Amino acid sequence: MPGTLDMLILKTLTRAPLHGYGIAQSIKRVSDDVLTVEEGSLYPALQRLLLQGWVKAEWKKTETNRRARYYTLTAAGRKQLGTEISNFQKMIAAIGQVLEDAQEAV
Amino acid sequence: MNALARLLRKLTVLFRRQSFDQDLQEEMTFHQEQAAKEFEAGGIAPEADVDESETLFPRSNLSRDDYEDWKRLNSTLSSLDVYGGTGFLLRTGSLSEPVPAGRVSDGFFRTLGVEPILGRDFRPGEDRPGQPKVAILSYGTWMKRFGGRRDLIGQSISLTGEAYTVVGVLPRSFAFAPRASAELWVPLLDKTGCEKRRSCHNLDGVGRLRNGVTVEAASADMKTIAAQLALQYPGSNKGQSASVLQLSEIVVGKLRPTVVTLLAGAGLLLLIACVNVASLVLLRAESRRRETAVRGALGATPSRLVRQFVTEGLLLASLGCAAGVVLAVVMMSLLARLVPKPMAQGMPFLAVVGLNRHTALFAAGSTLMAAVLLAAAPALRLAFKEIRDGLTDGSKGAASRFWRRLGANLVVVELTVAVVLLAGAGLLAKSFYRLLHVETGIDTSHLATVYIMAPETVYEKPEQQVALYRQVLEKVSALPGVKSAGITSVLPLLCNCDTDWIRIPGKPFHGEHNEVLERDVSPQYLSTLKAKLLRGRMLTEADDANHPQVVILNESMARKYFPGEDPLGKMIGDGDLTPKSMRQVVGVIEDVREGALDDQAWPVEYFSIYHGPDSYFEVAVRTTQNENALLPVLVKTLRDIDPNLGVYGANTMNELMSASRGSLLHRFSTWLVSGFATLALVLGVVGLYGVVTYSVSQRTREIGVRMALGAQRGAIQWLVLKEAGWLTGMGMIAGLACSIATAHLMRSLLFNVHAWDFSTLVAVAAVLGFSALLASLIPARRASSVNPVKALSAE
Repeated sequence: MPGTLDMLILKTLTRAPLHGYGIAQSIKRVSDDVLTVEEGSLYPALQRLLLQGWVKAEWKKTETNRRARYYTLTAAGRKQLGTEISNFQKMIAAIGQVLEDAQEAV
Repeated sequence: MNALARLLRKLTVLFRRQSFDQDLQEEMTFHQEQAAKEFEAGGIAPEADVDESETLFPRSNLSRDDYEDWKRLNSTLSSLDVYGGTGFLLRTGSLSEPVPAGRVSDGFFRTLGVEPILGRDFRPGEDRPGQPKVAILSYGTWMKRFGGRRDLIGQSISLTGEAYTVVGVLPRSFAFAPRASAELWVPLLDKTGCEKRRSCHNLDGVGRLRNGVTVEAASADMKTIAAQLALQYPGSNKGQSASVLQLSEIVVGKLRPTVVTLLAGAGLLLLIACVNVASLVLLRAESRRRETAVRGALGATPSRLVRQFVTEGLLLASLGCAAGVVLAVVMMSLLARLVPKPMAQGMPFLAVVGLNRHTALFAAGSTLMAAVLLAAAPALRLAFKEIRDGLTDGSKGAASRFWRRLGANLVVVELTVAVVLLAGAGLLAKSFYRLLHVETGIDTSHLATVYIMAPETVYEKPEQQVALYRQVLEKVSALPGVKSAGITSVLPLLCNCDTDWIRIPGKPFHGEHNEVLERDVSPQYLSTLKAKLLRGRMLTEADDANHPQVVILNESMARKYFPGEDPLGKMIGDGDLTPKSMRQVVGVIEDVREGALDDQAWPVEYFSIYHGPDSYFEVAVRTTQNENALLPVLVKTLRDIDPNLGVYGANTMNELMSASRGSLLHRFSTWLVSGFATLALVLGVVGLYGVVTYSVSQRTREIGVRMALGAQRGAIQWLVLKEAGWLTGMGMIAGLACSIATAHLMRSLLFNVHAWDFSTLVAVAAVLGFSALLASLIPARRASSVNPVKALSAE
């Protein structure tokens, strides 16, 4: 669904700052391998979020002493996450209604 | 404010474009490195063979309904797919040729990690009933039958009268051993015949384990699901459990004992050869004591001397290895050619047997080990204080005796190993003989066989199929030299497959699976095989669709299901005793071995094929003449009946028997181990000869003294023979003890032969004793011809 990737990334960053790979892994793990995020959509999304000012990025060293770009949620990002979650829930509810209606029709 | 901030950020991006791109580039690189690292750490999850299991068949086929439930309910596999065998009549030009094929679920190739080199894989959902008919070709078929045409993708081919669109071609390297002969692959599509029932077990599962999940965990998971299904569908699933194994176990598991035995045999042979050469090197070192001493006296340091020995050892071992490699290359191609093609197809690893990185490394490793052994022997022998002693020749010190004893001990080792190999070869040969002389219950000579697949589109109705049977039998029986011909659903000696669950009215029944083999045969079939009728009657032409169904039992079935009763006149039906399934027993025959030679004999029921005809059938023909000469005539006669018939697998019964997997494995291991044993015997006996000869040469003075003191020639000979006998005896006893132990280890290879087979062990002892006697007679004669005057004045 369009827009959900941003929400997932923002939600993942509420726990701790992570690098891109970490975000992808976290989403995969938490969703029991159902959701996999490809690099091709993850990094453009992160760029988008950076532009919007919802996340901050800085270069840091990882545990293995490798340079990686860590993303942190900003206050604006936290607010945005709240909006996206409520929008998403509204949408899910709407879809549910349509499906139920369709079943009755069958 | 917010808008302003955003604008600012956008401007920064614009001005710092390059740095942004660099950052992104570095980030992506980091991502890929991490992913690669994780992939390596986790390893590629192994493939597992997933199947059902019950007491009689620890690994039995999976039914389609069960597969769908397993796929849905399991939590340990990242994917689960199924494959089954099928066959088509492929129409190329005017000829219809039968081609073996595989029927698979949509994700089969993805689960195996195989991607077509041309076209595409089956799409998810493409295996559902009602989907269009598509096929993926194997590389070999694409090249052989379609000339490797790239434009074949998207075109349709005719398989048993139906159009299938070719959507892909598999890579050349792809070989799936459990369905090795499959020339093309099609999705499952509609539920065929019995697949509508849950109890129809016709598929095999293959799944990929989730990362970190063990085979045991997956097995437990599947068993839990199977237990749930057994409760849910007691009629079909009672007693059905699950079996999960590594896929590699299915491919090489049966071969492992043979391969391990052969490897052990080769290792023992290498050991003997090394011991033999090492004792030769020792002897040479003994005669080079003076040389060593002189080198030492002239200032060669010990390390320089050791280096000399290491160089010599390396040279010897490398020359041996080089010669061995050349011989191995020749032998390997010869041996690989001995494997019949249908069997080699099931062993894709044979194609990569040969010189490669692994074998080169192994050869280098064994060369190095041999070199170390060969260098260590004389280097150790070089007790450095002896350098000085060595100069004073003729000193037969304690050291010399020690080395002579060591040589003798080594020869005992050689003889022990030779006995072990001889015993192994003897046991294998005996079990091979037993296997070929298994009571088959039929006369296998003068019997020709052939498989026929009739296009279902033409021979659709039972009446048409029966008419075809009659026509085939009539035409074949009219051939010159043919005495009789019969038709069956499955020929004997092939497999314990095609089973039926029975129930006998009036006997206690609790839904258990009374599993017996079912064979649908024509009236003349059993007499064509020369099966012996014990009671009642054989089938007749009258046992057709217009008459009540009857059944003939084999002796095992009569004994198992009618113990102490007369089975004639009794009824047999299916689990629900449906009226349609009821058959009356009219005859009992002596057991005909339906399964492979090394399989258990099973209860079998023979039905009249007129009651359950099929478009696929197998023909047996008894001739008075050479059955090999009959084969081409037979094939031509059948093709003349209808060119659309797929006629293939024409073979003689004797050939079918000797080309079966069990008998081939037996034959190969017998040949190879016998070869090893012969070489070992020669090496061991030559070693014995060397030790005894050396001992005689060292004792020339002693013998001279004895003779001077009046010892008879016979007594001197006895002296030498006694020494040889002592060594042989020790080797023999140790060898026999070891061979009982090793035979116990290889008992899974033995057929109807005990590990402690007395006659084999006695024969081995006799062979060794006789060869040892021959080898020691020569030095004994030489010893007795010593001239005492010369011997005493030699020093």
